[in-house]
Order: sequence, then C-alpha cells, then structure tokens
Amino acid sequence: MTAALRDDFIPDAEPPALVVDELTTQIRVGRTWYDAVRGISFAVRPRETLALVGESGCGKSLTALSVMGLLPAGVGRVSGGRIVVDGVDMTAADEPTRESMRGDRIGMIFQEPMTSLNPVLPIGFQVAESLIQHRGLSKKAALNRARELLELVRVPAAASRLDAYPHQFSGGMRQRVMIALALACDPKVLIADEPTTALDVTIQAQVLALMADVQKREGLALLLITHNLGVVASVADRVMVMYGGDVVESGPVRAFFARPSHPYSEALLAAMPRIDGDTPLQPIAGQVPTLTQMPTGCRFATRCALRHDRCAELPPLTPVGDDPNHLVRCWARMSP
Amino acid sequence: MSAPAPTAAAPRSSAFGRATRSGGLALGVLIVVASIAAAVAAPWIAPFDPNAQDVLLVLSPPDTVHPLGTDAFGRDVLSRILWGARISLYVGFVATLAGVVIGTVIGVVSGYYGGLVDRLVVAATDVLLSFPQLIMGLLLVAVLGASLTNLIIAIAVTAVPAFIRMARGSTMAMRERDFVDACRALGYSDMRIMFLHVLPNILDELVVMASLWLATAIRTESTLAFIGLSVPPPTSTWGGIVREGFDNLLDAPWMSIFPSLAILAVMIGLNLIGDGLRDATDPRSPQ
Repeated sequence: MTAALRDDFIPDAEPPALVVDELTTQIRVGRTWYDAVRGISFAVRPRETLALVGESGCGKSLTALSVMGLLPAGVGRVSGGRIVVDGVDMTAADEPTRESMRGDRIGMIFQEPMTSLNPVLPIGFQVAESLIQHRGLSKKAALNRARELLELVRVPAAASRLDAYPHQFSGGMRQRVMIALALACDPKVLIADEPTTALDVTIQAQVLALMADVQKREGLALLLITHNLGVVASVADRVMVMYGGDVVESGPVRAFFARPSHPYSEALLAAMPRIDGDTPLQPIAGQVPTLTQMPTGCRFATRCALRHDRCAELPPLTPVGDDPNHLVRCWARMSP
Repeated sequence: MSAPAPTAAAPRSSAFGRATRSGGLALGVLIVVASIAAAVAAPWIAPFDPNAQDVLLVLSPPDTVHPLGTDAFGRDVLSRILWGARISLYVGFVATLAGVVIGTVIGVVSGYYGGLVDRLVVAATDVLLSFPQLIMGLLLVAVLGASLTNLIIAIAVTAVPAFIRMARGSTMAMRERDFVDACRALGYSDMRIMFLHVLPNILDELVVMASLWLATAIRTESTLAFIGLSVPPPTSTWGGIVREGFDNLLDAPWMSIFPSLAILAVMIGLNLIGDGLRDATDPRSPQ
C-alpha cells in the first residue's frame, strides 16, 4: 500500500483555501455545554487532501458541520476559534453570508447517497437548482451546465438522465450526482464526510478515483472525513487523527504510516485488516467516553496502555523526531 | 424454466396502475366530474328557472314536465338541485382549498422551525380540534352572519387545524431526512427548502386528505343549510332544498329525497377518490 502513497504535497505553495484556527465546538447535554471539539487547528490548500480520521464520536463530523455552519441550533455551537473559507471569516459572518457561501464556495458530500437526494425532484433539476440559486443562471442554461457536470462525474448518458429520479439510480451513481451537486458552483473547498462508506468496495474505488481526478482538475481543497485508513493511504496528502475532540496526531501521510506515534494511531492501524499480515487483528478495548464522562487531561488515557500519572494533564502537540510537520500529542512519545 | 418468456409485459406497478386497478377511483371521478359538469352547465340544462314559482303546480309529484316534482311554491326540484349544486360544490371546493393552503403553510413552517412558535401552534390546533367540526362551523356562521363568503370562511376554518396537524407531522419527519441537510449544505434558504423540497414530498398525503375533506366540507355546508345557516333563500343549496322539503316530508317526499341523493352521491364519489388515491400513493397497499 505504501507504493500508492502520494508525496506531492508542497508546504506553503499557495495560500490555504480553508483555515481552521483553534476551533472549539460545544454540545449541550441537559443544561450544560461540553467541549466536543477542543481547539483544533488546520489548513487545507488548493489541490490538497487532508484526511480527518477517528472513531465515531471523535468530533470529525462536528468539525465538518462547524465549518459548514450547520450545527443544529440549540444543541451545538462554535464557542471559540476562527474558520476562514476562501478568505471569508465564517465565524464572524452573519447567517445570510454563510448561506451564500454554502454550496457556492464550500461544498459538502454526505455519507448516505441513497437518502441525500430529494426523492420527488428530477436529478437534472437538483443539480441545476444550485446554479440557479447561487449563480442566477436561467433554467435552461443551468440544466445545460448540469448535463456537463453529470458528464464530468461520468454518469453515462447524462443528457437523457436529467429527467430521471433518484430511485432510478444506484448508490454509486447517486454519489456521483452528489459530487456533481457539490461541484456545481466551482467551490474552493469540498468537505466529504465518509463519502464512500455506504458503497460497495468496487464502487468505492471508482468514486475515490473520480474525486481525486475532479479535485486535481478543479483545484479543490478537500477535507476528507473517514475512518478507513486504506482510503487515507490512497488519496490523502496529510492526515489528522482525532480522539475525543482533540487532534492527537497530524502529519504527512507518508510519515504517519511510516511512524504512527500516538498510541491511538497505533491502535487504529493494528485494528485494520491487512492482506499481508499474519498478526491477528487487535480491537481497541472500550469505547470513546461520552462527553459527560471525558477524563481531564489526555482523553485517550482511559483506554491507553502507556498511561501514567502525567496523563491527567493534556499534553501539547510536539514534533515527532525532527520532522516539524509530524506532530503528536502524547507525554510518552514526546521527544526528549 | 427452459427459456425466458419473450417480451413478457412488465407488471404494472406504477401509481397510476394501482389507482385504476380497483375501479373505485374511476367511479368516484366519474360521479364527481358529472356533478361538477351538471353544476357548471346548470343555466343551460336546467329545465326551469330555479326560483320561478307556479302556484297551480305546488307539491306536484315527479312527472314528465317536472322529472323530480315541484316544491311547496311550485318550483322545479330538478332545476333547484342543479342550481344548488353550484353553491354547494363551490362552497365545498373553495373552503377546502383555502383550508388546505392555509393549514399546510402554517403546518410546514411550524414543523420545520419547531420551537416556541410550534408549541403555540400545536396548542391552538388542539383547542380548535377539540370543538366538533359542525359546532365550530355553526358558531362561526352564527357570529359572522349567514352569507356565501362567511360560509366559506367558517368551513375553511374548521379544515385548517386538521391540515396544520398533518402538514406539521409530515414536515417534522421530512426535516430529519438527509436531503434536507444536503439542501442546507447547498446554501438554500429555509423558504426554498420548505416549499420546494419538503412540500412536494408531503403533497401526496395532503391530496388524499383534501379529497376526503372536500366531502366533509360539502356535508358541513349541507348541514348548516339544513338548519338554516347558509346562503339566505330563495337561493337554493342542497341542504336548503332538503330543509324546504322537510315540512312536507310525508306528502311530498321527493322534495327532500332527491337533493339528499345528490349529496350522498357526491360524498360516495369523493370518498372513493380519496381511498383510491390513498391506495395509489401508499407503498404498502396490496399490489
């Protein structure tokens, strides 16, 4: 798998399309607000893919919803930090501004292609609608562009399928339509939340290849949320591992797979089936603590084999070895 | 099992196929369309002026000149029923339409946003629904006064809470669907999501319910007319004609029987349509 790793990431080549700076997102449980995402920072440049990895409940999707400004009102809120999309500060912007950014400058692809399209509207109209809304195109021009977009995502016989309804499409085809929808207005940033999880393995590979191809062609900054490390290895440039709302490790994909440094990253890799390995799969004992029971300090401490007294205090992100781009948040793995 | 049958006709499982299979829907449409056609064509097909009195021919039983007989003023019952259909059906349709539109808009908005306003709307609909529908209509006509417009308003108001409740419930279910999140991620306004994306998804249920409520609205109008709370005489409405015949029920039963049959026929027709549409749109209905 290492042969497929991409190493074409050039730091500081272009200004980032998406900057997240010390983002803290809170979730309300009862009457108390708990930190579900704690001060995470990252930037994604055009043509770059950043993978956000972690178990369910680690704050990956919350991070995505925070960036989109789609946290459910009254349940979730961004309580600190800044999110800058294509130069626009989303955290400082008012709702109409954010509404006009969504779908135009920043797009999102969801996990479930089967239910993410409106069942009673034709495919062509659904793709065209975004162009009518954000770009003020006429219906005819928008439908024409919709056909081009469907061709771009390789929906066969696109022209004749503009009038088709979602139930006439397979899961893979629907995910292609979702990608076309997200790309309609040439966004600068694309967030893909587990875009291939609901698809067959063969279709997964097709959709991933399509996304990589489109990303390169359109110069997109891609934030890929996944728990599939195989997907990370094949398409991502950089990876960020989250646990309990903290970034526990981040770095270039090659360095990460060569030297996974956080105990949680190691455990994730050990839990991944390998075709060449003769070591048995190692499940990670226990589960992510609920928000109300999060330990203070390092949140992985309750499940960690390397736990010691100092873990009651949150370790800082420090470089692994002498690689300034590869960071880990662990007392036990800190360089001396 | 030897060879697949060549070009076997695909089983018809479309909504249209399901709807037309039983024949009930077709019969219902036939009855209702015939009634509407009769009402529209009343000025041309009615044999007499519905308000023309003939003192020499009072309470005449059905014969070749007056196929449904005459009433206590010698007016032709057939002509009065045909003209009465115009009022009864018009009131029913307009009141239902108004009730559906107002109820749906309030219900969709309330269900989509939730929160305090939604709770107030629910409380208000519960209060309104706790009145029997007829009492409610009666109360409103009594307060507003008996006129065509007030009748429509009163009947529409009785329909509004039912449609609020239904549209709200369906919208709340739709709001949890992924495509609504996808719409929000595309930067669509709430208005657009509510009325361009959610509404078409709940329209089938609304149409079914509207056809059943149409029957209720026409029945309510007839009932109000029967107790004298409808368009003032001499204008004829179906319920009013039944009422006029009621005084001579034993001597001249045709005066009440024929308008009652007209009401019954339209009720049956509309209910057949409602049931047929429900079967057609319900995926669980037997194939």
